[in-house]
Amino acid sequence: MVEVIDVIILSLMAATVIAMVVIRNLMAVVALGGIYSLLAASIFVTLDAVDVAFTEASVGAGISTVLFIATLALTTRIEKKPAHKPILPLFVVTVTGAVLIYGSLDMARFGDPNSAAITHVAPYYLENTKKDTGIPNVVTAVLASYRGYDTLGEVTVIFTAGIGVILLLGSWRRGLTPPSPHREDDV
Amino acid sequence: MKEYLVLRVITKLLLPFILLFGLYVQFHGDFGPGGGFQAGVIFAAAFILYSMVFGVRAAQAILPEGILRAGIAGGVLLYASVGVLDLMLGANYLDYSPMAAYAKEGQHLGIFLVELGVGITVASVMMTVFFTFAAWRED
Repeated sequence: MVEVIDVIILSLMAATVIAMVVIRNLMAVVALGGIYSLLAASIFVTLDAVDVAFTEASVGAGISTVLFIATLALTTRIEKKPAHKPILPLFVVTVTGAVLIYGSLDMARFGDPNSAAITHVAPYYLENTKKDTGIPNVVTAVLASYRGYDTLGEVTVIFTAGIGVILLLGSWRRGLTPPSPHREDDV
Repeated sequence: MKEYLVLRVITKLLLPFILLFGLYVQFHGDFGPGGGFQAGVIFAAAFILYSMVFGVRAAQAILPEGILRAGIAGGVLLYASVGVLDLMLGANYLDYSPMAAYAKEGQHLGIFLVELGVGITVASVMMTVFFTFAAWRED
């Protein structure tokens, strides 16, 4: 049953991506991007990774879509026709995709009990989380306690992104330089 | 957007539930799916929705730029200073065990504070990014 759901969701994801490539209206592309993230979140749910699914749904489908729309409001809503033939980009994408698929051949089979992901530190976390931290959600314990230093790095990345946006577009710059001349296509 | 009465009423109805859900995800992350990252985004989404319907000025009247900037830095600072506190209590950096009488209690407290820091920074950054973009638009 799960396989049927997986096949349906994955083919919907492929259809979404093809539509994103073909469509030139960037507003529609952003909406499709949100749909793609929501489908990815559904895949994570079928994989029992609810924490990741939650993040994908809220960040990928939610906030990213809103920020993209805010960006489009500042720039333009219609993608320009490419000036050159798409042969070179198509070649690069095909080669990259082939290399990635070749790389995935070495990955452990899904659910393989002997794979490194399952035999390395995961058993330690599963056995000791309750004893060490008394927290039922192992994901939170790993994220905030066992791997707290990594999470500090992640928060610092978000902090840096915020500082970057303030420095580039913050209110202290307003009136100095207009961000974009593309305002003739306002609706 | 003064003319969209339905949007305005529905937004006002939805806001408390979105904020409450954000707080639930923040403080229930130990027991169910969720945590600071998701909660921060949901919390920010409420204010972004408000600013989309009522305008950025109205949203910034509730949450001025200065508070958001303090939140951006304050969240990371809270996270990092929990680690420094652990160092001063004689443990490793970000090892929360000595923060309370029992190790498990200390872990609970540490994870609570750290997730709170994550939530504050994520929410402040998301709102700042959106407000900054939208303010360019409104000028």
